[in-house]
Amino acid sequence: MGKIEAVAGNGLLGRRAFLRGSLAAAAVTGYTFTKSASAETLADGPWSKVPGELVAPYNLPSHFEKNAVRTLSNPKGEPRTSHARTPHHLLNGTFTPNGLHFTISHAGNPDIDPEQHRLAIHGLVKRPLVFTLDTLSRYPLVSRMTFVECGGNSAPMFSNEPIQASVQALHGLASCAEWTGVPLSTLLEETGVDPKAKWLVAEGADAPALSRSVPLKKALDDAMIALYQNGERLMPGNGYPMRLLLPGYEGNMNVKYLRRLKLVEEPAMSYYESRTYSQILPSGKAYRFFFLQEVKSFITQPSHGLAMKGPGLYEISGIAYSGTGRIAKVMVSADGGASWAQAALQEPVQSKAFTRFRALWRWDGGPAVLQSRAWDEAGNVQPTRAQFVAERGETRKPPAVQGFPNQHFNAITSWAIDAKGEVKHVYA
Amino acid sequence: MSTRELSRIALLLALGANTAIAAGPNLGKPLTAAEIAAWDISIQPDGTGLPPGGGTPAQGARIYAQKCALCHGEGAKGGASSALVGGAPLTSGIETVKTIANFWGYSTTLFDFIRRAMPWQQPRSLTNDEVYALCAYLLSINKITGENEAMNAETLPKVKMPNRDGFIIRFPDRI
Repeated sequence: MGKIEAVAGNGLLGRRAFLRGSLAAAAVTGYTFTKSASAETLADGPWSKVPGELVAPYNLPSHFEKNAVRTLSNPKGEPRTSHARTPHHLLNGTFTPNGLHFTISHAGNPDIDPEQHRLAIHGLVKRPLVFTLDTLSRYPLVSRMTFVECGGNSAPMFSNEPIQASVQALHGLASCAEWTGVPLSTLLEETGVDPKAKWLVAEGADAPALSRSVPLKKALDDAMIALYQNGERLMPGNGYPMRLLLPGYEGNMNVKYLRRLKLVEEPAMSYYESRTYSQILPSGKAYRFFFLQEVKSFITQPSHGLAMKGPGLYEISGIAYSGTGRIAKVMVSADGGASWAQAALQEPVQSKAFTRFRALWRWDGGPAVLQSRAWDEAGNVQPTRAQFVAERGETRKPPAVQGFPNQHFNAITSWAIDAKGEVKHVYA
Repeated sequence: MSTRELSRIALLLALGANTAIAAGPNLGKPLTAAEIAAWDISIQPDGTGLPPGGGTPAQGARIYAQKCALCHGEGAKGGASSALVGGAPLTSGIETVKTIANFWGYSTTLFDFIRRAMPWQQPRSLTNDEVYALCAYLLSINKITGENEAMNAETLPKVKMPNRDGFIIRFPDRI
């Protein structure tokens, strides 16, 4: 087997290590939470000597994986918004298991009887129509992988000082699933669209009847009334029994529990679009109708809270995505951005979906700063944090990790590794 | 021939083959104007959708004390939930708390949001008169309207919010 050569500073081997087939000779080390003793002898465990547990009607993960759960911002259900964040550092691949898909709920998850749920389409249409879950299920369905990301994901990155928190706390309000449903354009063909219509006001059947205005342009492009999530019906926290899916657009616009679409000439200026998800700029003006979740990536392994197991060969792995289309390239650095190596992208690379990137790295036990930077097929580049805050600003003091006073952060995340192998969040 | 195709043909026959029907399965049920009116709670910035009724700041103050103060605090000064009066200039920093006075662009958003989402424990329990009165109260304590100025479908959309022109559309080509 040939020697694997570094292609960037501080031991970064990049994707070519995968391509040359020389990986077989190399032992890749895993990351740990704590120092775990490895098995010294080969022997039958007690579980091998007796019949196992009953087979359950619905699979749950092994109890050894009890830490692979969402973190909750409002576990007692106080009268405010609840967030549940995806544990990216404990997952791999590209889609998020349904139980771990992030949820933001503004007043709890409604317990909707699917038989009684209705979707009305009205306003500037030729024929106002109402659909049941059963009728929608009889339409020709389409499936697509797509990420959903809260506009406030990564909000702690606006902090003037790096907040020491896991990738789950920093970036856990983004997840990716295969969604199956009816293209909204099919239903709008049946209602007919008045040429004056430019927007849809979408409304949910949850307690606050959450409402957002969506450009008709997006509705006729790739919008879907989603009925299934990773093959099963939607999770209650993700919009059961149906939600609006707007691939690549701010999570809150993907209205859950969708019950009404009204076609109108002008946006409604609803609470969430004119207040919550409008971003204050350093000038005092604010961005409204941001819509797009721009090109972004972050390293999930290693990341804050995981530890290195001593010098050796490691896989750096993470997630990249863009609301504009496919990820074209991800570069990885082990020296804080001084030099870069191209990461391998896991096929298939799909439009507006999570793309897993991987790079090999020989850690020599010295200090290192890991970064990833993504490009999408439209040529958009993930900004450095310095570039980003020069335009969009940063807070004057560290904000609460769980809130999101600021939105649409998509710049580079940096993880510093010290000589002990501990991973810290830094700005580099 | 599949069941789906058969049912589609049956449907076409039932509807009459000469009616203008899109290429899809056409399984939606037509809605009457009355059915829509009973469900449509959308309000547009020009006032479209605002119902009959009205209320004054004084009426709103009483309703506020009964139904809102528990979360938003006495005099709307904030409690478990955000304050509804005052607000720092938006140039104070990107984390400035967004308020009715310093941020909201349209007065109609007040009616739309209060009616659909408040009180948190009992959304859509307020009468239209109560919602107008709360709008009148909140606009008045923020000194956007006068202390005796009543709000109704005529007056509310005419209120110009202080930050009406404070917004930039991020990606105009996506609209």
